[in-house]
Amino acid sequence: MAGSGYKGAQVDDVDHFLKGGGIDSEREQAIGQHIGYRYDVNLLPDYDRLTPFLKDYMEFMGWDDLNWLEDVHMGYDDGQAAVFDRNINGWVAIPGDMELPDNQQDRDMIAREMLIKFQMSPDHPMVDLYKAYRKF
Amino acid sequence: MAGVSGSVSTQMGMHTEPLTGRDIKTKFRLENEGGFAYHFARDVDFNRRAEIDCADIEPTEINRQIRELMDSGHGSIVLRNPGAKHSLIVGILNRMNIIVEGSLGYFGCGLLDGPNVRISGRVGWSFGENMMAGVCVVEKNAGSTFGAALRGGDLVCRGSVGSRTGIDQKGGTIIVGGDTGAFSGFMMQRGRIVVCGNAGKNLGDSMYDGTIYIGGGIQDLGVDAVPAELTDLDRAWLARKLAMYELLPAAGVDHFTKIVAGKQLWSYDNLEPTEKKLVL
Repeated sequence: MAGSGYKGAQVDDVDHFLKGGGIDSEREQAIGQHIGYRYDVNLLPDYDRLTPFLKDYMEFMGWDDLNWLEDVHMGYDDGQAAVFDRNINGWVAIPGDMELPDNQQDRDMIAREMLIKFQMSPDHPMVDLYKAYRKF
Repeated sequence: MAGVSGSVSTQMGMHTEPLTGRDIKTKFRLENEGGFAYHFARDVDFNRRAEIDCADIEPTEINRQIRELMDSGHGSIVLRNPGAKHSLIVGILNRMNIIVEGSLGYFGCGLLDGPNVRISGRVGWSFGENMMAGVCVVEKNAGSTFGAALRGGDLVCRGSVGSRTGIDQKGGTIIVGGDTGAFSGFMMQRGRIVVCGNAGKNLGDSMYDGTIYIGGGIQDLGVDAVPAELTDLDRAWLARKLAMYELLPAAGVDHFTKIVAGKQLWSYDNLEPTEKKLVL
């Protein structure tokens, strides 16, 4: 099917990027790194798998659904499960000792929950950026 | 970067710099746990409501008054007589309810991260530009570049919108109850555009990624925009999302056409190794 060319959508094994780093094709072997996203950027959330934390977050914000978190997925960076934080333009690695579910939808929900906890923390880099660059 | 040292390109002497260290990486720690709002966000109560009469007030002053009300804990603010003024309700990184009784001009609701905004009238160009999170609902029509560079959240227009809707969109969802103009989804990179009516010329031109759903007719597709199969997950999500904003058609969502990127314009697989060195 045209348009489903993103690598994450083609992967059947949910642990593919944890096992081999995604260096599969001849081209990837030539350059020594994975080409493209390590997850399906277009995967829509399955709302039957919402965690209690995410339900509480939605209620706090006054939203009826995940809102911006619909675009958050669990990705894989350097062979490690991670979630991309747009506010620091970098990956936040999931602790290696955390047991991951066996399907991407549940992993995405964990990624959303962990990203919220990280972004709202007083230790988040955006706290310092806000102090330094806030306009008002 | 895993695998670089032994790669063919390294052996050919093509790597003059290490490919590691370009991402900011950090480790999630359980002690990072915070609440549901940014550490620097104002503590507001949705039940505390205030009004601003925007007649005879400059936009800068209106935005300042909104921030002052947030500082004093107001979580619901009503703007009366907005007079289609430009650049109102911008840069709010907070949960909030804002109700606009009237229309906004250019660049309304830009750079938002969290608020829920309802506008009873129309909006001008570039409404919701660079929005990060939140919900904005426009009851009537919107101008061009609706949701330009949208990064997250829901941007809803119950009427019709102009051209270049969702240009350079990087996330989030744009929903249009009526029609959308030419070049909608131009250079879209991620996120979703849902149009219940018709789409103009060059829909999805040069889109990198993301998904466009069209309920009506499509005048023509842009370069590299291609139809795709509407899956059960698509149907469930569409029905849920449109019902949330009371825009679910009586006929359901089965008639929607799904458009995605053909991935022929930017595929790095098609580049020569020397070109890869420059772009990766």
